[in-house]
Amino acid sequence: MRVRVPVWCAWFVVMTGCAAAPPGPLVSYRIESDAINQPLAAPGDAARGRDVLMGRESNCLLCHAVPETGARFMGNIAPSLSGVAGRLSEGQLRLRIVDLARLNRDTVMPSYYRTEGLSRVAPAYRGKPILSAQQIEDVVAYLRTLQ
Amino acid sequence: MQSDDFSNPGMLWVARGEKLWMTPAGGSGKSCATCHTEASQGMKGVATRYPAMDPGSARLVNIEGRINLCRARHQQVEAFQYESEELLALTAYVAHQSRGMPVKIEIDAQNRRHFDRGRDLYNRRIGQMNLSCAQCHDQNWGKKLLTDTISQGHGNAYPIYRLEWQNAGSLHRRFRNCLYGVRAELLPAGSAEFLDLELFLAWRARGLPLETPGVRR
Ligand code: HEC
Ligand code: HEC
Ligand code: HEC
Repeated sequence: MRVRVPVWCAWFVVMTGCAAAPPGPLVSYRIESDAINQPLAAPGDAARGRDVLMGRESNCLLCHAVPETGARFMGNIAPSLSGVAGRLSEGQLRLRIVDLARLNRDTVMPSYYRTEGLSRVAPAYRGKPILSAQQIEDVVAYLRTLQ
Repeated sequence: MQSDDFSNPGMLWVARGEKLWMTPAGGSGKSCATCHTEASQGMKGVATRYPAMDPGSARLVNIEGRINLCRARHQQVEAFQYESEELLALTAYVAHQSRGMPVKIEIDAQNRRHFDRGRDLYNRRIGQMNLSCAQCHDQNWGKKLLTDTISQGHGNAYPIYRLEWQNAGSLHRRFRNCLYGVRAELLPAGSAEFLDLELFLAWRARGLPLETPGVRR
């Protein structure tokens, strides 16, 4: 796969290290029923996934409570993710983070691995998914620990 | 804090606005008071009808824009910058004269185009987070976004004093905060699209009392 890096990114690399998710084609995936069963990247690391989930890049806690993180502040727009691994398989979790809108068109949950079909995206984020393929795998690995 | 004028920091801007109201400006040597006399009479209820179409230019203007039109047309002096101390103060002063009075916006043939555009923008999913104003302020108000309780997103208390800003700010500044939050392109304060959005919000808030100057976290 040839990764095409737009010119503006060269400038952005200097400014911010091109953030975590570089622009360019996304890793392709296949949806089976309500799951993506194949990993998008190398096996996830649960500790890193916890950091991603609690961080400002993903903002999961804006909407979800995840009591297992021990975070002080958590939103309640969305269902708590406590024990979510007991309800959803690895593949089901992956699709929900990648593009929950495939299951519920009107969801408020952002699609974390999608760059198409968005409008008025701020220039700094244009053409980039919210999380990289590896970050998604890391978050999935962390959610799998929430039995 | 908002309901007690002595501890409402926004009242400082109202007081500055009152001073500016009486101060002559520009080639005309006239102050706002020269033409409009007592604000408590002449400006009472005015803010409940804004944004409104300006007959002279057939453009939609909010209170900020109206003040700058008077500066250009009637005082022959340059416009205040949007978000400047002066414009916030005068806007707060004018809107404060309607405090407690219900928002009274009607949609007619003149402003419908603006209203429709404002409503479209309000309901459109935008930004990397792919969220519309409605998804937060209509569908999820009362719930917590991390530490913030989402309100219905009304503009009836603006300009406000916001503790996080350590300053007063306009409704358009608040719009920019929400756009930034969903990682959408930022529009400039005073832009046509923000005015359309302000008109839609005012219509949506019709019947609610004006509260300027509001106080927010
Ligand atoms: C803007 C709010 C919002 C954000 C941010 C958000 N979610 Fe969600 N999420 C939701 C909502 C609402 C649902 C409920 C399902 C629906 O809307 O269809 C949901 C559902 C889920 C589900 C399915 C839960 C179940 O029990 O079926 C998972 C898993 C999930 N989110 C994980 C995440 C992760 C991980 C992040 C951060 C990477 C995240 N969410 C960020 C709003 C959000
Ligand atoms: C020379 C007279 C004059 C001066 C000075 C003047 N105005 Fe005006 N103002 C008018 C007139 C006339 C109108 C009616 C609309 C028009 O012709 O522009 C108006 C309209 C307004 C309105 C809208 C009223 C409504 O009912 O919709 C506001 C608000 C306002 N002026 C505020 C101000 C402020 C604040 C100042 C000082 C910065 C100011 N004006 C200075 C003459 C003046
Ligand atoms: C992710 C959720 C979210 C989205 C989307 C969003 N806002 Fe907000 N908005 C907030 C939060 C949180 C606040 C601060 C708490 C409050 O006052 O609601 C806020 C505040 C406001 C306020 C101030 C209310 C007050 O009483 O001071 C207005 C007005 C507003 N938003 C308008 C908008 C508009 C217009 C849009 C669309 C361009 C929008 N918001 C999109 C979450 C959101």
